[in-house]
Amino acid sequence: MIDTAGLIEVRWHGRGGQGAVTSTELVAQAAISEGKYAQAMPAFGAERRGAPVLAFLRIDSNKPVLVRSEIDEPDIVVVLDPGLLSVIDVTSGLKAGGILVVNTPRKPEEVVKEFKLSCSTATVDATRIARELLGVPIVNTSMIGALLKVVAVISLGSLEEPLKQRFGKLADKNIKAMNRAYEETIVKGVD
Amino acid sequence: MSNRVGIEVSRAIAVAAKLARVDVVAAYPITPQTHIVEDIAELVANGELDASYVPVESEHSAMSACLGASAVGARAFTATAGQGLELMHEVLYVASAMQLPIVMSLANRALSSPLSIWGDHSDAMSMRDTGWIQLFAANGQEVLDNILCAFRIAEDRKVLLPTVVHLDGFHLTHVIEPISIPEPSEVDGFLPPFNYPLPLDPDKPVTMGAFAPPYIYPETKKAQQVNLLAAKPVILQSWKEFGDHFGRYYSPVESYRAEGAKVLLLTMGSYSETATLAIDSLRKDGKMVGALSLRLWRPFPFEEIRQAVKGADVLIVLDRAVSFGGPGGPVCSEIKAVLYDEARRPKIVGVVGGLGGRDISPSDFVSIINRGIEISQTGSEQEFEMFGVRE
Repeated sequence: MIDTAGLIEVRWHGRGGQGAVTSTELVAQAAISEGKYAQAMPAFGAERRGAPVLAFLRIDSNKPVLVRSEIDEPDIVVVLDPGLLSVIDVTSGLKAGGILVVNTPRKPEEVVKEFKLSCSTATVDATRIARELLGVPIVNTSMIGALLKVVAVISLGSLEEPLKQRFGKLADKNIKAMNRAYEETIVKGVD
Repeated sequence: MSNRVGIEVSRAIAVAAKLARVDVVAAYPITPQTHIVEDIAELVANGELDASYVPVESEHSAMSACLGASAVGARAFTATAGQGLELMHEVLYVASAMQLPIVMSLANRALSSPLSIWGDHSDAMSMRDTGWIQLFAANGQEVLDNILCAFRIAEDRKVLLPTVVHLDGFHLTHVIEPISIPEPSEVDGFLPPFNYPLPLDPDKPVTMGAFAPPYIYPETKKAQQVNLLAAKPVILQSWKEFGDHFGRYYSPVESYRAEGAKVLLLTMGSYSETATLAIDSLRKDGKMVGALSLRLWRPFPFEEIRQAVKGADVLIVLDRAVSFGGPGGPVCSEIKAVLYDEARRPKIVGVVGGLGGRDISPSDFVSIINRGIEISQTGSEQEFEMFGVRE
């Protein structure tokens, strides 16, 4: 389990346009609204739609976040596009005891086996959830639900206000998608 | 009552401009601009900020429009970054020489070529000698607070000088973090309305920034030098009063575990906070190290720096800009000059790093400090070293 009292570092892998950066912003805002410390930071690049992108999220329940460099040794890695698993080493630098969270219809065991992973792995079919509830395959808000399933550092309810601010009348659908993904996320620990 | 929110630092600057009740914002909104002026334009369009937003055709025009606005007594603000600052460069000197208290935020970015939109202090150093009051910020809260202080300092009758708040491109501008936003009434209590003593007035025409032949030009420059130095007590007083109002106190040089430290690392901007993590880790190993962060860059805090390094044997200075072919980074060169006449001074080691957005992690800072200690003992063949550069 991840120690929720200390600094938690989450690296998000997505593709340009999938909303990885937005996810980190929303979670950081929610954490800060709970009185915690948080930092959301895009990978500083020339973003192009469809290209692999990174976004970084830090949450600390007790102390200000002082480090501003990119996250090389994350506690958690969130992958918005399962296709990235065969393109880049998403678990690079993942801390011992760290968790990989992937948007895929497959079970965690299957992902662990195919990619020969040695870390705890969680999966959720966020694309299906997003299609059903939002009508578009934009999975970033669903993946927030998946993240909170593996690390209960903030409550799902705290996301509602940031989601409302960001999405206006589309917020309710996104909140539903987040909650559904939270319910459906399956976590498999290391054997 | 302030409101603690998670907000992108660029957007917090727009909020600061609103809280300062700016009258005129002139800016060029295209790359390398940030969200700052985009948000200000929105605030003005929504009627949340009663100001004129002038979307000019270049940064040169942005600063020129600010000159005019300030000269008629309007509170003027602009924001730029990197190449944008370079394009407004010649007008920067005019603002200070004509004593127009414009406030600007500068998202510090590297300069072309090669094209880089990432952060370093090359742009900041290019405006070193423009006569502006210059403050650096280490985090988002400092940025917002110092924008408010900047208006207060710039517009003080004893000062009347343009003021820039430097903030690191990306490492601050694009980061969402907790920032306490003060209530408008609290800010009104700290920042009085702008009351320029000599506004342009058609009924009382004056000439500003006129032609100066050799018999008068040096006197104008001496006046600028005297005036900029005289701004320092006002800066200190403004920070003190800001602290009394809002509970956050600022000083020209911040120190971290510097008490009794034999080795000090000096940085400017957002890397200052990351460096403190390296200090903690080295202290755990029993090394007597500490950190200094230079917040006030112009007017230079001579006495504070001399005091801050008094007990140290080694002072390592990190620059995020290069003076090509020169004696080191601009900050290190100045620190050396300032300490040269001291009977007892630390060995000073110059390191250039973090160019064009290259990360410096806490463990990199440990390496920089250890290498600095080594150089202080053995010397180096180079005037300064560039950290982490592949050769």
